[in-house]
Amino acid sequence: MSSSPSLRPPVVRIDVLRWLRENLFSGPVNTALTLLAIYLLWRFVPPVLDWLFFDATWQGSSRADCHPGGACWIFIGQRFGQFLYGFYPIEQRWRVDLAALSIIVLAAPLFFSRFPQRRRWALGYFLLTPLLVWWLLYGAGILGLATVPTDQWGGLMLTLVIASVGIAGALPLGILLALGRRSQLPAIRIVCITFIEFWRGVPLITVLFMSSVMLPLFLPEQMSIDKLVRALIAVILFEAAYLAEVVRGGLQAIPKGQYEATHALGLSYWQSMGLVILPQALRLVIPGIVNTFIALFKDTSLVIIIGLADFFTAVHRATVDPEWLGFSTEGYVFAAFVYFLFCFGMSRYSIALEKRLARSEKR
Amino acid sequence: MTPGETLRGGGPRRWLYDPKIRALAAQILTVLAIALFAGWIVHNTVHNLTVRGIASGFGFLKNPAGFGILQTLIDYRETDSFARVFVIGLLNTLLVAALGIVFATVLGFLVGIGRLAENALIRGLSALYVETFRNVPPLLQIFFWYFAVLRAMPSPRQSHEFLGAFFLNIRGLYVPRPIPAEGFAPIVLALGIALAAVIILRRWARRRQEHTGEPFSTGRVALLLLFGLPLAARLIFGAPFTWELPQLQGFNFRGGWVLLPELVALTVALSLYTAAFIAETVRAGIQSVPRGQIEAAIALGLTPRQRLRLIVLPQAMRVIIPPLTSQYLNLTKNSSLGAAIGYPDLVGLFAGTVLNQTGQAIETIAMTMAVYLLISLTISLVMNWYNRRMALVER
Amino acid sequence: MELMEETLTRLESHKTQEVMILMERVNKWYQDFHVLKDIDLTVMAGERIVICGPSGSGKSTLIRCINRLEAHQRGRIVVDGIELTEDVKAIDAIRREVGMVFQHFNLFPHLTVLENCTLAPIWVKKMPKKEAEALALQYLQRVRIADQAHKYPGQLSGGQQQRVAIARALCMKPKIMLFDEPTSALDPEMVKEVLDTMIELAAEGMTMLCVTHEMGFARTVADRVIFMDRGEIVEQAPPEEFFLHPKEERTRRFLGQILHH
Repeated sequence: MSSSPSLRPPVVRIDVLRWLRENLFSGPVNTALTLLAIYLLWRFVPPVLDWLFFDATWQGSSRADCHPGGACWIFIGQRFGQFLYGFYPIEQRWRVDLAALSIIVLAAPLFFSRFPQRRRWALGYFLLTPLLVWWLLYGAGILGLATVPTDQWGGLMLTLVIASVGIAGALPLGILLALGRRSQLPAIRIVCITFIEFWRGVPLITVLFMSSVMLPLFLPEQMSIDKLVRALIAVILFEAAYLAEVVRGGLQAIPKGQYEATHALGLSYWQSMGLVILPQALRLVIPGIVNTFIALFKDTSLVIIIGLADFFTAVHRATVDPEWLGFSTEGYVFAAFVYFLFCFGMSRYSIALEKRLARSEKR
Repeated sequence: MTPGETLRGGGPRRWLYDPKIRALAAQILTVLAIALFAGWIVHNTVHNLTVRGIASGFGFLKNPAGFGILQTLIDYRETDSFARVFVIGLLNTLLVAALGIVFATVLGFLVGIGRLAENALIRGLSALYVETFRNVPPLLQIFFWYFAVLRAMPSPRQSHEFLGAFFLNIRGLYVPRPIPAEGFAPIVLALGIALAAVIILRRWARRRQEHTGEPFSTGRVALLLLFGLPLAARLIFGAPFTWELPQLQGFNFRGGWVLLPELVALTVALSLYTAAFIAETVRAGIQSVPRGQIEAAIALGLTPRQRLRLIVLPQAMRVIIPPLTSQYLNLTKNSSLGAAIGYPDLVGLFAGTVLNQTGQAIETIAMTMAVYLLISLTISLVMNWYNRRMALVER
Repeated sequence: MELMEETLTRLESHKTQEVMILMERVNKWYQDFHVLKDIDLTVMAGERIVICGPSGSGKSTLIRCINRLEAHQRGRIVVDGIELTEDVKAIDAIRREVGMVFQHFNLFPHLTVLENCTLAPIWVKKMPKKEAEALALQYLQRVRIADQAHKYPGQLSGGQQQRVAIARALCMKPKIMLFDEPTSALDPEMVKEVLDTMIELAAEGMTMLCVTHEMGFARTVADRVIFMDRGEIVEQAPPEEFFLHPKEERTRRFLGQILHH
């Protein structure tokens, strides 16, 4: 073979100066932008870092221990329990911990593809865990667990309850609505389109208002519903409309040949949807569902308006507590950090899923 | 059955398996179920309303409101009706939406283009911006700007001062108010003439290029006209405005315009939040133009600016505009979060204060929802029309 | 393909003594991957060259270096007396003289066929619009697609789109035409209409470099066939010699694979 073996590419090592020149100083505009960015960073990053970490107070037990000039994280430490559990009785908080633990531990087998009977486990998990968690949190006197009424629920725990019940309740409804919107029966199609477009057209806050003020009027006089349940109904109806559109996207992405094949095999409508179309469509829209969940997770903060004490409300209330007045920045920064962790984490997960889906599509 | 009729699947109950009848039955049952459910709700509601002694109907709209409103864009007195309160709330919602849309669009496009910049530092900062602002709930951002920043501002006497004309304190942002002066009419006229001249010039330039091929860069002449003519008018006729500066008098400012902290917090938070989403939309739109399009433009000898203007942007905008409008819609709906910090928007004012004063829950919430529905439906109709018009022609 | 039989309709050569493209020891790397190894190539004005070789052999990269869609890292490339350097003016000048046709057509979907063709004459050559349109129609006529001038690319078949792409490149009156696998994205029944257009172009004396596996086309028009493998020019020869008496083992193996199936 006559290849020239000795020639090497001209630049193989990473040359810092060259990288800088190509990426940051490759022209007058670029250089100006770089200088502007450096100026902004130099102007804002050190003071923010000082406030957050270097000048901040980390240890102590009261307001008096806070140094001026930096953040006072004692405030967060002091209220941490409330941020997590709200007014859930302190001696009962282990029930919340146990519920969280069981959700995570019982879900673990779902992430191992080798686990035997993964499907059956999944079915059991999604049917039984909600009951277990409800029993642990609410108690209702069953098997000796004292009732903790929902007006004592709060903090991050309540946020997670609303978000997960919301998505779990909205998914089946959303699937039905998506199927209905693509139905060939005009009456059903019109009903579904109206429902979907109505909820998508109004802000969640008006829906929450509606559930808290109008729902009691809609029901028989003697029937009173729990405030949390009212909020959950609102969230489920609202999210179902958004999920319906996500699922519809998945249904539209299934090639026509799949539908034709189910007809040719003589499957009924529900058989073809349940056995062939939906399993494929739902797999396609998992990233979309995760994104809807992220939006819902952020939207749970709106329940402050109808007086539920979710994580955001707990933080906000702590900042207006006379004992800790003047520490609202710490409170909001901490809350923002927590929301960021959840949302950013989930969005990375959704992106990874999308990439994996795209890869398996290609194969 | 005669011997000839040996078709299977027949039988006396054949109609049960007729797909047409089944379809009809399913639809009738659905409609019936919904009607029954609705009837049940109406029945309960009517009963509940009579028990509580609440009169239904929209008659209350004519009654005087009897309360003050923080911010009104049109004249309002406490004796004005609830109907006028509704209009004021709607205008306040539209004000925040309009301001937010302008700021979010400008910032969003800058950041979106920044995410694709050659400059690594700009790219990094843009990504940091997007990830930070879109992953924190908008309500939390509104509360942060309102409670942690603006409510923590000093009293009017210790205001933060910018350029001697802008003052920021706990009562809001005070800005100078323009009052038309003797130069106003001539300068507006000059600006109008300049605009008309630029439009004519551009037409002429395009025609000349079509005929002779000679391009004529209108940019500089246009700038000269747009700034020169009004400037000349300014020198001849005097200033267009006198500025009424905010002045500290006693414990508060007099004169100028005051932007309420509620308005500032809401606008800032919604703009920053929505800009993050717009940035992603813009980035995705630009990236949706295939690499081959740019290569073809390069091979034809188009310059980078021409490539952007003639090839990339026209194709990217088709992808960007539909999600961009839905971001505008989201921003408008999110402006209702202002209710939580007491900004008198439609939700806070009408579904909040008016509902509490009158107890007309159904009417107020229905009217509020109807407004948002109307806005959403109008925009989605316009978008469908746009998409049909702009869709690339395919076989 | 049965090409042993259809050998006789060879086009007359337009090759001259004027050097149009000169490549000297051209090298290019993608990170550590050596895509072009010491390429030496001289193309005369009017010469028609077909480049073939297995996928990943660097043939597309080679012609994409000529109008600097890719930058080479070592060696010299001179096109019509202009040396390709970092100099933007030189690059622009070369791009005006070099037309290119892509595998996936790359027509602009938001412009009509006519607008696709007039875009560069108007904006790059500053030609009056009327004149540019007349020119475009003339070339569209030549590729026999003038009746579709006001349609959008999406409304045309693949073969029609590729012919428009050829007309678009010709509207800049290039001295050199580069073809990057112009028929490999086409349905079989459309290959011929595109090849016929290219043959007509060759008959008029255009300097052409074609990356293609259409060996019938190579036999009909090529003055020289180049075989590339792993970034090198393995063999180059006039078509009769190339197909009947290939010297290198690698060439024989490649020809065996693409001719006998």
